Amino acid sequence: MSLKKREHITTKGLDDYFLGIYNAFKFVRLFFREVFKPPFEFKEIIRQCYEIGYKSLPLITLTGFVTGIVFTKQSRPSLVEFGAASWLPGLIAIAVVRALAPLVTALISAGKIGSNIGAELGSMRVSEQIDAMEVSAINPFKFLVVTRVTATTLMIPVLMMYFAFVGLLGSFLNVNQNEHTSFIAFFQSAFSPISFLDVFTGLFKSIMYGFTIGMVGCYKGYNASRGTEGVGKAANMSVVISMFLIFIEEIVIVQISNWIRIA
Amino acid sequence: MEKLNKSDIIKEQVISIQGLYKSFGENSVLNGIDLTIHKGENVVILGRSGSGKSVLIKIIAGLLKPDKGIVNVLGMDIGSIDEKQLLKLRLKIGFSFQNSALYDSMSVRENLEFPLIRNSRHLTKKEIDHAVEEVLEDVHLHQTINQMPSELSGGQRKRIGIARTLILRPEIMLYDEPTAGLDPITCITINELINEVQERYHTSSIIITHDLTCAKATGDRVAMLLDGRFVAQGNFDEIFNTEEETVKQFYDYNFIN
Ligand SMILES: Nc1ncnc2c1ncn2[C@@H]1O[C@H](COP(=O)(O)OP(=O)(O)OP(=O)(O)O)[C@@H](O)[C@H]1O
Ligand SMILES: [Mg+2]
Repeated sequence: MSLKKREHITTKGLDDYFLGIYNAFKFVRLFFREVFKPPFEFKEIIRQCYEIGYKSLPLITLTGFVTGIVFTKQSRPSLVEFGAASWLPGLIAIAVVRALAPLVTALISAGKIGSNIGAELGSMRVSEQIDAMEVSAINPFKFLVVTRVTATTLMIPVLMMYFAFVGLLGSFLNVNQNEHTSFIAFFQSAFSPISFLDVFTGLFKSIMYGFTIGMVGCYKGYNASRGTEGVGKAANMSVVISMFLIFIEEIVIVQISNWIRIA
Repeated sequence: MEKLNKSDIIKEQVISIQGLYKSFGENSVLNGIDLTIHKGENVVILGRSGSGKSVLIKIIAGLLKPDKGIVNVLGMDIGSIDEKQLLKLRLKIGFSFQNSALYDSMSVRENLEFPLIRNSRHLTKKEIDHAVEEVLEDVHLHQTINQMPSELSGGQRKRIGIARTLILRPEIMLYDEPTAGLDPITCITINELINEVQERYHTSSIIITHDLTCAKATGDRVAMLLDGRFVAQGNFDEIFNTEEETVKQFYDYNFIN
């Protein structure tokens, strides 16, 4: 391949890359433009919250519970070695509230909810249902995208809190079995090291993750390419990209909250 | 200068397209389309697969932007129209999609209610029910009202798709291959439906097809699209009595197979 041709291809790749970022940015901007504009689709938002929140409960319950138990079991030996088994509830609580609940909930949701949204909107795009809305003078962005992004932004924090609760419950069962700690004593020592900043950061992270998952899923689905393989690609890319963004957000937010903690 | 046809002066133009070009990247699809549709007229557009028929009517409905040329629909220029006007215009355009495009997650009733509720939020439940029943009656599918799209046959889906556009009382109907993939008997019922819609709702229609029976049954006028341009226009017999090789080819192919 001649040098000139190769150069042409690289710039084209770069062009596409920046064009993609620009389009994504426009998509997000359109969201903020439409979300506060009446009429509001309350009924559809509630339906989406149900779809996204309620239907994820079994999976979140399972992972939360298992995470709580396993993490407790794995941490015990090291603490016992230092004669600090009584710290177990506090340690678990810090781990769950600061890190595990927001992150694991987000990653699970990216896999389940993100791919779902990507596939659903992708197949609506490919089968021309989105065009059909447009020609009947319905704003498909408002009806499909705004409702879903609003629902994920609201529901991922709720799922995160539920995850934390179930995780601590699992941890309690294990601690209760081994150290015979009572329910009240467990939660008292679990919550004592948790600060307002921890709870606030956890919530803030979850809101960001929820927004990210909804936005990426909708963007990929809404702009799915023609043909059935476009649907699979949209679902797949939704998961990959939202997980990638979640990790970046995690790093940034943890860094900032640590600065605040020290200050 | 060409002499003006008398009927052109009398009849109102609802769609007029001049020098329309559209390409996707390197792939130029429409290369200078000229087309006029008069009020109350059914115009059939014939053309091979991939000749840009769907692209043409998507431009008319404002789903795709023209690259060059004038597309005037009901007195409004699609190329330079603003959002608000486009919404208004779309209420007057009914679009029957090639694959019906019914909303999979909604029942037939919800599919039909959806455009109505969203466009006139003041309607009472009774008025909505009435409108739904009326259009279902029009397409003779009253029994399917509570079914999901996945439970319908291809022909039923097409008709529900047509009903869904009729509920907004369009002035222009755009049918994208209304009979594709259907058996000959079902095709005839769809052809009849298209003609009934023309009579009852006084619509002007564009019917895209490569089914010559459908073209003959529904078209007041036929236009033949080839390589992004109209190569022949006229009534059905005029078109297929020409000596033009490409047109004849299409005709022969259709009846041999
Ligand atoms: N949104 C789009 N993006 C890129 N290319 C497109 C798009 N829509 C159509 N095309 C291209 O335009 C050409 C014409 O497509 P179109 O769907 O109009 O064909 P058609 O005449 O309707 O064919 P068929 O009878 O198979 O439906 C095709 O080559 C297609 O790949
Ligand atoms: Mg087509």
